[in-house]
Amino acid sequence: MRTVALIKRICQEMLRDKRTLALLFIAPLIILTLMYFLFNGNTVDPKLGVVNVENNLEKILVEANIDLKHYEQADKETIVEKDLDGLLEVKDEKLVLTLENSDPSIAKVLQMKVNQSVSLQAQSKILNPNAAPVVIQKKEIDTQYVYGNSETAFFDVLSPVLVGFFVFFFVFLISGIGLLKERTTGTLERLMSTPIRRGEIVTAYLVGFGIFAVIQTVIIVIYSINVLDMVMVGSVWNVILINLLLALVALSLGTLLSTFAASEFQMVQFIPIAVIPQVFFAGIFPLEGLASWLQSIGKIMPIYYAADALKGVMYKGLGLKDISGDLFALVVFATVFIILNILALKKYRKL
Amino acid sequence: MNVSIAINQVSKSFGKKVVLNQIDFTIEEGKIYGFIGPSGAGKTTLVKMIVGMNTPDTGTIHVLNEKMPNLGLLQEIGYMAQSDALYTELTGKENLKFFASLYKLNKTEMKERITYTANLVNLTNELNKRVSAYSGGMKRRLSLAIALIQNPKILILDEPTVGIDPELRLSIWKELLRLKNEEGKTIIVTTHVMDEAERCDFVAMVRDGVILTRGTPKELKAQYQVDNLEEVFLKAGRKDS
Ligand SMILES: Nc1ncnc2c1ncn2[C@@H]1O[C@H](COP(=O)(O)OP(=O)(O)O)[C@@H](O)[C@H]1O
Ligand SMILES: [Mg+2]
Repeated sequence: MRTVALIKRICQEMLRDKRTLALLFIAPLIILTLMYFLFNGNTVDPKLGVVNVENNLEKILVEANIDLKHYEQADKETIVEKDLDGLLEVKDEKLVLTLENSDPSIAKVLQMKVNQSVSLQAQSKILNPNAAPVVIQKKEIDTQYVYGNSETAFFDVLSPVLVGFFVFFFVFLISGIGLLKERTTGTLERLMSTPIRRGEIVTAYLVGFGIFAVIQTVIIVIYSINVLDMVMVGSVWNVILINLLLALVALSLGTLLSTFAASEFQMVQFIPIAVIPQVFFAGIFPLEGLASWLQSIGKIMPIYYAADALKGVMYKGLGLKDISGDLFALVVFATVFIILNILALKKYRKL
Repeated sequence: MNVSIAINQVSKSFGKKVVLNQIDFTIEEGKIYGFIGPSGAGKTTLVKMIVGMNTPDTGTIHVLNEKMPNLGLLQEIGYMAQSDALYTELTGKENLKFFASLYKLNKTEMKERITYTANLVNLTNELNKRVSAYSGGMKRRLSLAIALIQNPKILILDEPTVGIDPELRLSIWKELLRLKNEEGKTIIVTTHVMDEAERCDFVAMVRDGVILTRGTPKELKAQYQVDNLEEVFLKAGRKDS
């Protein structure tokens, strides 16, 4: 009964606070959409300047989707001036490739394409020593993919992690600040002079903010899958389940950390400590190469498990059984944080 | 006379600072008690302990013969904190309703109490306004209404009349006296305003965590041979140091 009253009050306050609602429901969608366009942008053909390059090599290069620019003479300055990605010239019978390399990923792609083209040309020369330039039959390699397909963009692999991260981040922030407001205005202390139990307060906060976390999670998941067309091989219900558990962890961690904050600003200071490092271990960056002690740091971070489960379901199509370990880890995190929350309220009243 | 609250050898320190030093005090049912003293004397710390929001380092506090802290007894204690602790996004009525629903009250009782307490503090016409639009005095009044919401036997009011205009202050005191006389409530008020002390049945003058002197206003004035409580306080303080 008291818990219900408290839940009702939390909802009333939330619904009056339009800014927070917008932050909770609209901000993640805007950021996800931005990320989607950033990572799914069409790749532009690399621009390559050529000097004295044989005709049939040029042909092969054009076929490899390279934008060729012809020059009588060129050097490094030409690359910078004409905004080229690279320059291919024949010097002393040898091919020299100069790469602009301000963006290593473009440089790598260009280098790879040029190498392939040169070896293709060499092959054709061996096959047909005297022949005039021939149209080279590109051998189609039939590529197959374990996960995803040839259309898979970085965003598809990233998106499950992002969905989890946004659920975590916004729920963490808003529940933390919610309970903090209750502390700084003195109402939490005031509550302690009523017969309410500490456990009832924590429960009410979990449920009250939980309701909004559920709505947010569902909105984000539906938007990601239907509007942003994220890869979604597994079951939506599993995705929602993972995110709800993650939201519960965020909720309990947010309210717990608010114990140690004296103001909203101090709450925000927890973000670089408690939230950002988790992103590094969420699988956006490959972890295999890391030192083992660094990898084990990842294992104490909730987002690590959520991201693993989300990638499993959304991208690889794993079922509930395959992700049960991750789910269990999230439940353990939530339980520990909830118990700590109840203990932390002892500061206000021993009972 | 029934003992309502018994404070027994209570001491409390925050860090190294001794805030309350071996306080002994007995509060009888159906009277108004005033804890008078300057800011920092330890009044708030003491009343918070009576409510059970704080525990003494040593000593005990019994309310209605039960040792505090005790959750069940909070139904019988109405507390008004020194600083208004209200939900400013909500209306006055929603605040009252919320606090009412934390106590054992049925629906009709709840309605009656909300109407009664709002009327008592003159807020009936402002109940549907958000608290963020209230003046300081209105917030104080709403806090008082909340302290009364569950119709408790004991009322503990920490500086209840700060920021309230003289006219309303008078009517609040009238109501406190009525609550005491007609409903037999035990009321504890902290204040640093001496003329409010005159209205109490019994006053305790607190400074630096000790009770300098105690008694009915009449007794005290006779004892120190002065004609107002302010001088009693000054004299008692001097004698002590
Ligand atoms: N939570 C606390 N931590 C540390 N010191 C405190 C705390 N609460 C009160 N004090 C100190 O105890 C003393 C008495 O405070 P208080 O009981 O609020 O006095 P009063 O209500 O008479 O003005 C003050 O010096 C205050 O600084
Ligand atoms: Mg005080």
